Amino acid sequence: MRKVTVFITLKQGVLDPQGKQIQESLNALGYKEIQEARVGKYIELQVEDGPNLEARVREMCDKLLANPVIEDYHVDMGEAVHS
Amino acid sequence: MLQTHEISPEQIETEKLYQGMGLSDSEFEMVKTILGRLPNFTETGIFSVMWSEHCSYKTSKPLLKKFPTKAPHVLQGPGEGAGIIDIGDNQAVVFKIESHNHPSAVEPYQGAATGVGGIIRDVFSMGARPIALMNSLRFGNLTTDRVKYLFSEVVNGIAGYGNCVGVPTVGGEVQFDDSYEDNPLVNAMCIGLINHDDIQNGIAAGIGNTVIYAGAPTGRDGIHGATFASDDLADDAAKDRPAVQVGDPFMEKLLIEACLEVIHSDALVGMQDMGAAGLTSSASEMASKAGTGMHMNLDLVPQREENMSAYELMLSESQERMLLVVKKGREQEIIEVFERYGLSAVAVGHVIEEKVFRITQNGEVKAEIPVDALAEEAPVYHLPSQEAKYYQEFQKIGNKLLKVANYGGVLKQLLQQPTIASKEWVYDQYDSMVQTNTVTGPGSDAAVVRIKGTNKSLAITTDCNSRYIYLDPETGGKIAVAEAARNIVCSGARPLGLTDGLNFGNPTNPEVFWQMEKSVEGMSAACLALGTPVISGNVSLYNQSKGKAIFPTPIVGMVGLHESTDHITPSFFQEAGDLVYMIGETRPEFGGSELQNVLEGRYQGKAPAIDLEVEAKRQNQLLHAIQQGLVNSAHDLAEGGLGVALAESLFADSLLGADIQVAGDATVELFSETQSRFLVSVKVEQQEAFEKVVEDAIAIGVVTADGKLTIRNKDDIILSEEVEELVNLWKGAIPCLLK
Amino acid sequence: MKFAVIVFPGSNCDHDMYHAVKEILGEEVDLVWYQNSNLENYDGILLPGGFSYGDYLRSGAVAATSDVMNQVKVHATKGKPVLGVCNGFQILTEAGLLPGALMRNKKLSFMCHQEELLVENNETMFTSGYGKGEIVRFPIAHGEGNYYCDPETLSSLKANNQILFTYQNNPNGSVENIAGIINKEGNVLGMMPHPERAVEALLGSNDGLKLFQSIVKNWRESYYVTNA
Repeated sequence: MRKVTVFITLKQGVLDPQGKQIQESLNALGYKEIQEARVGKYIELQVEDGPNLEARVREMCDKLLANPVIEDYHVDMGEAVHS
Repeated sequence: MLQTHEISPEQIETEKLYQGMGLSDSEFEMVKTILGRLPNFTETGIFSVMWSEHCSYKTSKPLLKKFPTKAPHVLQGPGEGAGIIDIGDNQAVVFKIESHNHPSAVEPYQGAATGVGGIIRDVFSMGARPIALMNSLRFGNLTTDRVKYLFSEVVNGIAGYGNCVGVPTVGGEVQFDDSYEDNPLVNAMCIGLINHDDIQNGIAAGIGNTVIYAGAPTGRDGIHGATFASDDLADDAAKDRPAVQVGDPFMEKLLIEACLEVIHSDALVGMQDMGAAGLTSSASEMASKAGTGMHMNLDLVPQREENMSAYELMLSESQERMLLVVKKGREQEIIEVFERYGLSAVAVGHVIEEKVFRITQNGEVKAEIPVDALAEEAPVYHLPSQEAKYYQEFQKIGNKLLKVANYGGVLKQLLQQPTIASKEWVYDQYDSMVQTNTVTGPGSDAAVVRIKGTNKSLAITTDCNSRYIYLDPETGGKIAVAEAARNIVCSGARPLGLTDGLNFGNPTNPEVFWQMEKSVEGMSAACLALGTPVISGNVSLYNQSKGKAIFPTPIVGMVGLHESTDHITPSFFQEAGDLVYMIGETRPEFGGSELQNVLEGRYQGKAPAIDLEVEAKRQNQLLHAIQQGLVNSAHDLAEGGLGVALAESLFADSLLGADIQVAGDATVELFSETQSRFLVSVKVEQQEAFEKVVEDAIAIGVVTADGKLTIRNKDDIILSEEVEELVNLWKGAIPCLLK
Repeated sequence: MKFAVIVFPGSNCDHDMYHAVKEILGEEVDLVWYQNSNLENYDGILLPGGFSYGDYLRSGAVAATSDVMNQVKVHATKGKPVLGVCNGFQILTEAGLLPGALMRNKKLSFMCHQEELLVENNETMFTSGYGKGEIVRFPIAHGEGNYYCDPETLSSLKANNQILFTYQNNPNGSVENIAGIINKEGNVLGMMPHPERAVEALLGSNDGLKLFQSIVKNWRESYYVTNA
């Protein structure tokens, strides 16, 4: 078993109204140093180890977890845990 | 996790642990007598939630008995999930209001969302298709970040849940007052439609029949939510966060469809939702109503978390769960319906003859309680009541006259008061049109929802001016019911009945109990006079923070019927040239008025008087006039009096205007809040017929095409404002306050 | 003409679509549950609004992976009409039947009210009943209706006249005020505003009826041509 984490972010250039709102709120709270905030998703997958695992996870991202029109993703394969 | 296994019955008694769970000393003694032994930890928990105010109405029951609840068209009065009223053609309307105040104070998004989810379940568990939602909200003034946060998150939560579940939120009301600053009120009302043959009750009848658990698995959500909802909100309420449940509207949508399919099966005996006090209350109430008992094996209950104790499973308030009783041997066909919707449904027990509620887990009996002890034999308290001192002083002050010089300026100020200002910012976030029945959405006196396949429609409103009730609970209680009925009548419908959402402070304070008593008496008198029985309701007490009670707020949710959609009447002026009438005379009554708030920053003196006979007569006459097609628009006069009502009547179309003549003291005429008044527009050719039907109608002017509100007093123009400017101020006020 | 309204778990405008087609338009229509369905015998496919799968992950994403969407693709390649409204539009973009994506509204909140739309292209099977440049009133009700596509896609949408409806007062931040687009072939329409909520004057607008009537009229004409 291993814990694979998938990080999904909006592509550069795609407007992120939620991120903009967060940036403005942080600025309003006095954190003037915040220049930009972008919101993404974090997905944890408990996965059984197997061959081509990373390729399979990327396929999952392409097929379902991320929308390639607006999103990028980044996969962290984690470490195998022997149980 | 709660360490339940270590606590012995003796410990619960000697260390008075039951107190922390919500039972008083005398209640604990009652429990001992009922069981003939000491209760264990699980049993103590079960008694404490079932005997909480939220589930047992132990302090409000003597008052609730005063409400008139019967009428030939009432098919189901208070006591079931929701009340039911016959609307003819083998159809009936099902409705109820419920509060979710305390959860919303702690976690506003989820508190409001699960409030909506809970009231929807109350309605579809009766077998009705939920067709509309309303909500009645109260917040502090929008001056602090906390109040703004509570307000926007509550609205967000209602939207998040209601929109997803596909039931339109067609209206409601929001009022703001300092007394709600730490203790917002979130009351949600659901209206359902049902065929008479589909009405089903939550009963566990038929010895040997199977008990099925359907919907979401049980987690540790909201343990002790029901007792939490019946306690003073402590300053550190944020620490109570685990007691707040999280809702899943997607699951609810599937549950609605599955349950409404299941009611058509003759394998179904009874169905009830798991609301406050979860599995405990649904199971024991179903058995109690049927005169049976129930055995439940907790090992079979679907669980979201590991190692859940019997106490946790019985008291969890996880959302989107239903309990069904199904004929023995026919479980599979019911289970298959749920499975088709991707929901789990499992048999967890059966109906037994012995009238006990028996819970087992891992082969051990975890609780064994006589069923009636929980539901029927809960203690009832007759609390002391004492006329409030402030009330005596207010009565002495009487009706103080107010005087303004700049009428236009004051009108603009009033239109920007958050209680009067446009709530578009709120309701634009609600899907008010899904199900394609919404004829009149949010923003009118009453919402109107047509009934497909008929020529009829329903009018729905929620109302409660708590300022009047604070000043004079009895008069204010009458006004709350009368104003709701006025809203219904203005839309062209005949009022059918109401559901009450009673929100008060701590009832052990005799002055608070007096407020409850008097307002219930006032409401009851108005119900009788106007022919609107109370068919369901909810009580929320201990609404106070830092020792100060909220304004007494018994919210009225009322439903009316248009026999024909031709009777649907807008609240806005329709056409230039129409005559404008006010029905009813105006007296100098500023106690509790918006003008008093603006000028003095407080409410004092006498509430406006109300004569229920006059009220009933005017409502009947206006309704007759509408039904005869004599009325082009009708709007009730409420906060801000005639001035505000005139402006509001022009806000649908900024091209229209009005030219109005008032006689006498202009401050009184424009801003007094005298009751039982209506603003009506009538086609010129209907003038004679209209005046014949409506005795107390006073012609006050005409609708114009100049986009201006002009008000004259004798020969002087005392107010002349562009409607567009008024609209912008009125619409902009709440977004501006939230910035 | 026989329509199928595809019902996903969480669809909630399915009955509205059904009512509009059956009672107001007067055509044959079935509610078709997404599982074990067969779309072969239907002439038009309607993907209704709502919150399929609770809008979890991304609105429309989970429904787009369902088997019934493969059948919808087959149906679409035959040139038969497919209309996706609101969540249906989101599903169509997620399934790759239409370009672009629907993002969160610019103001972040859900919004529900009537909007004025401009008919940009009336030479399609969905809009032939409208005049070019006609202004129509449809309700919107969405939290994620902010249409996005990259500049190349946008130019190709424009070049092929694929933009059918634009907002007069852009409520959600959509690129170029886009409210509804069709595929290149012209038989798959996705739009955020709800034509099925605008088929009865009693409810505020019946401007949407012409859209459904256009579909039926064009289908009948092509049907009689191909079967003559």
